[in-house]
Amino acid sequence: MAVTGILLVLFLIAHMLGNLKIFVGATSFDHYAHWLRTIGSPVLPDTWYLWIQRSVLGIALVAHIWSATVLARRARAARPVRYAHRPKVQGSYAARTMRWGGVIIALFVVYHLLDLTTGDLNPVGDPRRPYANVAADFAPERWYVTLFYVVAIVTLGFHLRHGMFSAFRSLGQQTPRGERRARAVALGFSVALCAGYLVVPFAVIAGLVR
Amino acid sequence: MNLTLRIWRQSGPDDPGRMVSYPVPDVSPDMSFLEMLDVLNERLTLDGEEPVAFDHDCREGICGACGMVINGVAHGPERATTACQLHMRHFSDGQTIDIEPWRARAFPVVKDLVVDRTAFDQIIAAGGYITAPAGSAPEAHAQLVRKSDADAAFESAACIGCGACVAACPNGSAMLFTAAKVTHLSLLPQGQPERSTRVVGMVDAHDAAGFGGCTNIGECTAVCPKGIPLTSIGRLNRDYLKATRDRDGAPGT
Repeated sequence: MAVTGILLVLFLIAHMLGNLKIFVGATSFDHYAHWLRTIGSPVLPDTWYLWIQRSVLGIALVAHIWSATVLARRARAARPVRYAHRPKVQGSYAARTMRWGGVIIALFVVYHLLDLTTGDLNPVGDPRRPYANVAADFAPERWYVTLFYVVAIVTLGFHLRHGMFSAFRSLGQQTPRGERRARAVALGFSVALCAGYLVVPFAVIAGLVR
Repeated sequence: MNLTLRIWRQSGPDDPGRMVSYPVPDVSPDMSFLEMLDVLNERLTLDGEEPVAFDHDCREGICGACGMVINGVAHGPERATTACQLHMRHFSDGQTIDIEPWRARAFPVVKDLVVDRTAFDQIIAAGGYITAPAGSAPEAHAQLVRKSDADAAFESAACIGCGACVAACPNGSAMLFTAAKVTHLSLLPQGQPERSTRVVGMVDAHDAAGFGGCTNIGECTAVCPKGIPLTSIGRLNRDYLKATRDRDGAPGT
């Protein structure tokens, strides 16, 4: 879980930084999107690097979901008779919602790919004009898209808040001071990542990006 | 105080079991939780009913025999307190209290609130020991231990193996127990020869017993009567990663 999670987080950081290019302007953003397809050229033929990264991320994602499924199945088997009286978990909301949060994020990823990678669910859907696709996506009359996006990103934030701390712990973080630091880093990082992703749709709604 | 208890009654391992209500009048706030159950059991015995079976031994909070889930919390509402050291003043007059056994596949119910904790013995047997030369006891100061290591080892050695961590864990994992045992021995010089085989063996025994996997939620620490910290699981993970990396036993590593 920890290793695959780290790979996915690295991608999330790069993806967020790339998104922020939208504030530089349409040409810059479109150029950046095009560049993603030609990274590694001319050593690698066009889009080879892209497909290598896609397959690594795909494998990481499948392994991540597979590990989570194994853990969930073991947890279910470990307690065949449920408690009659079970108050809510005392620990964090983030830890409690890891599994269903993960499902929401997975559904969002499917939608997100159909929307902005293949363009099937996008009102513009032109792969050569990603800036226009994004601007059309978060138009005020398509508020439900924005809402789903916000829900997914906030869920991702909670997922990372527990996930990052948990990854540090799984990889051997063992001191009380380190635990406080790991929790603080996880919280700070999750908030920053959420803000970085959410600023794009709100900028579109506010008319800063059109 | 007048209380209503809803207690899990199960006559044997094959009985499906059910919650049964018992009114308990005239409870003194100075009674311990187990004394209150004793009062109920005396009345049940006089009435010709089967008394409620529950584990207990020292009633001083140090043996780890007692343990029950009280209103959904292992060992009840007081932090760092075993059920035997929990007093009735922490409850209010007229309250309904739900009492259930530890719930885990690896802890099958023997009767009522008594569960079979053999799985913990299996984990201990897989590595909770050291090899020491038999004979006269060595000089106590012959081997020096860093104070911080001694303190952390002692903190983990305080584990009484009651099983509250398993009862509270949403995953039904016994990782806090296993980590406490690993930390206790692996931080001390006497525990070094088996350090690798201990952690691998104990984690394997843990999984084989049917406990769930740890996802670092932290419910275990919250209910632990001895306050075993969650950081001990990080220490177990670190030992485990190292042990599985050089499992082939390359000399001098």
